[in-house]
Amino acid sequence: MIKIVKYILLDILRNKIVLAYTIFLFAITFCVFSLEDNAEKGLLTLLNLILFIVPLVSIIFSTIYIYNSSEFIELLVSQPIKRKSIWLSLFTGLAGALSLAFIIGAGIPLLIYVRSVTGLMMIVNGVLISVIFASLAMVAAVRTRDKAKGIGFSILLWLFFSLVYDGLVLFLLFQFSDYPLEKAMIIISALNPIDLGRILILLKMDVSALMGYTGAVFKEFYGTEKGLFVSFSVMILWILLPLLYSLRKFNRKDL
Amino acid sequence: MKKASWILCCGILYSTTLNAKTIKVGPHQEIADITTGLQKLSNGDTLIAEGGTYHEKNLVVDKSIVLIGINHPVLDGENKYENISVKADWVTVDGFTINNSGISSTVDYAGLKIYNRHNVTIRNNIFNDCFFGIYSQNCTNCTIKNNQLSAHQVQEQRSGNGIHCWKCDTMQIIGNTISGHRDGIYFEFVTHSIIWRNLSNGNLRYGLHFMFSSHDTYAVNIFENNGAGVSVMFSNHVHMFHNSFRENWGDGSYGLLLKEISDSYIDGNIFERNTSGIFMEGGSRIEMYKNTFRGNGWALKIQASCMDIKLKNNNFLGNTFDVGTNGSLVLNTFDYNYWDKYEGYDLNKDKIGDVPYRPVSMYSMIVEKNPPAMMLFHSLITTLLDKSEKVIPSLTPENLKDNHPLMKPLQL
Repeated sequence: MIKIVKYILLDILRNKIVLAYTIFLFAITFCVFSLEDNAEKGLLTLLNLILFIVPLVSIIFSTIYIYNSSEFIELLVSQPIKRKSIWLSLFTGLAGALSLAFIIGAGIPLLIYVRSVTGLMMIVNGVLISVIFASLAMVAAVRTRDKAKGIGFSILLWLFFSLVYDGLVLFLLFQFSDYPLEKAMIIISALNPIDLGRILILLKMDVSALMGYTGAVFKEFYGTEKGLFVSFSVMILWILLPLLYSLRKFNRKDL
Repeated sequence: MKKASWILCCGILYSTTLNAKTIKVGPHQEIADITTGLQKLSNGDTLIAEGGTYHEKNLVVDKSIVLIGINHPVLDGENKYENISVKADWVTVDGFTINNSGISSTVDYAGLKIYNRHNVTIRNNIFNDCFFGIYSQNCTNCTIKNNQLSAHQVQEQRSGNGIHCWKCDTMQIIGNTISGHRDGIYFEFVTHSIIWRNLSNGNLRYGLHFMFSSHDTYAVNIFENNGAGVSVMFSNHVHMFHNSFRENWGDGSYGLLLKEISDSYIDGNIFERNTSGIFMEGGSRIEMYKNTFRGNGWALKIQASCMDIKLKNNNFLGNTFDVGTNGSLVLNTFDYNYWDKYEGYDLNKDKIGDVPYRPVSMYSMIVEKNPPAMMLFHSLITTLLDKSEKVIPSLTPENLKDNHPLMKPLQL
């Protein structure tokens, strides 16, 4: 399995797109911090960029890569290797490469400019979100043989998590505005990895004071060690559940 | 004749000063404590205290005398007594260090308390760890100048106000530094007074707390990093000029909280890095010119209960939200302000934008109506909503707009 992971990782790293993605992240992060004299403002700008670009690139690149290596997968399946280890090494390779790209591209400038818990939180969340969306890409890719359909589905997934979900939340908030929803919001925020990542980072910043009572409720939960443990467990679940689902599908799939 | 009477006047004054006694007290003098010294004095005399520590318990000044401390002699209240009680008019207390007044939840102990007097001057003193610092009740025309007050209590109940004025008139609070008290400066029922060039920072509750006080001016003060900022309530004819309200950051913290204020002027102030620069409720006939709002969460929260507020020539720079409000009724005017978020154009180059600016964003309206929506703070959808609302306003108040937004920030 390690051999396959190594091969896939090298193949992805040789791919120009990941290299371009790394440089792009690096350039943007550096630009943001050198344009803004205030590190906190830079972090806010970066937060919006990371929550927008990282999931998009992760999910689309992973989906396309899996489709492109379908012949390679077929070749491996004909060998005496378990399907499980093929699929998992494919995921490990993708997640590893994307995380590496994020750590080099955004992590290094972040560590240079913001040596604080907030910066660290941003790096951890960025990596987690990269991995989560790679895992979601596995689901998108395993569902159909049609490449166009697969990519379409992965774009839909991204759109759902970054936009539609928040729209639905807003709709629900207004429908149930007569009820105290602060506590419910904690659960709702955990159901979307992008929201969860955003709130975890925001709570570490000064701007969290603007969030008023809702922010205080969030802080009371996510600010504690238990809350942090729960939220990272939820993130790990977001990686594992789609991955296991796609693995099940892949095991039974007629290639 | 007029000249002659003038000379006579001067002559009388001169002769009275000649008659006035001066007594020195101190560890190396004949008289070692101030209380004994005071007994030997009559109105108009001067007592000079040399450096050292005095345990006077409660020093009652009941004659019109001048008390001068050389090298800041220490009056220690031993956490039990009120250090100085001023119970005469025309008293001056100059250059003392006043430490450790009593702390009580039933008696308002103070480092120095003025009881129902006029023309008292308190200047150049240092107050350390007093419950109340300088407490004046029912006083007229007193000057509190160049004092330094600091306390280090953590709980609000164990801490009094730095400069506390209750039911006073024509007070002058000038050049004092106050930190670590409950409220830096506290005004209740105080009229025709001025608060000028004070620095109030790191107080537990408010930097300045101002209630039922009309016809007052506060100018060129700095209020910084106080628990809840500055609050001005239930007053009219208040003038606030060239003050700085800075770094009041946290839940329920405001740069300036205005409640039920009318006929007032707020000019030339700087509001920097506060959660809310100004929070205004129930205000009327307030004119705000040439203020700068920089880096606040909300620059201005103006509730729909306010009317006839005029905002003109203010700078709004780098605030998360410019203006927040809670209703669609707008009885206030915004004109000729500079907004850094303005995206309009200026075809005729008169430095005034051709399209109106709407300072209330869609998202800030949503949050006002539905606070849990703060969960979506800084998310993609709120940015998109704000953009679309800018094009076709629907939820934001129709009339809350600046018809003449400036293209360039004012030099203030």
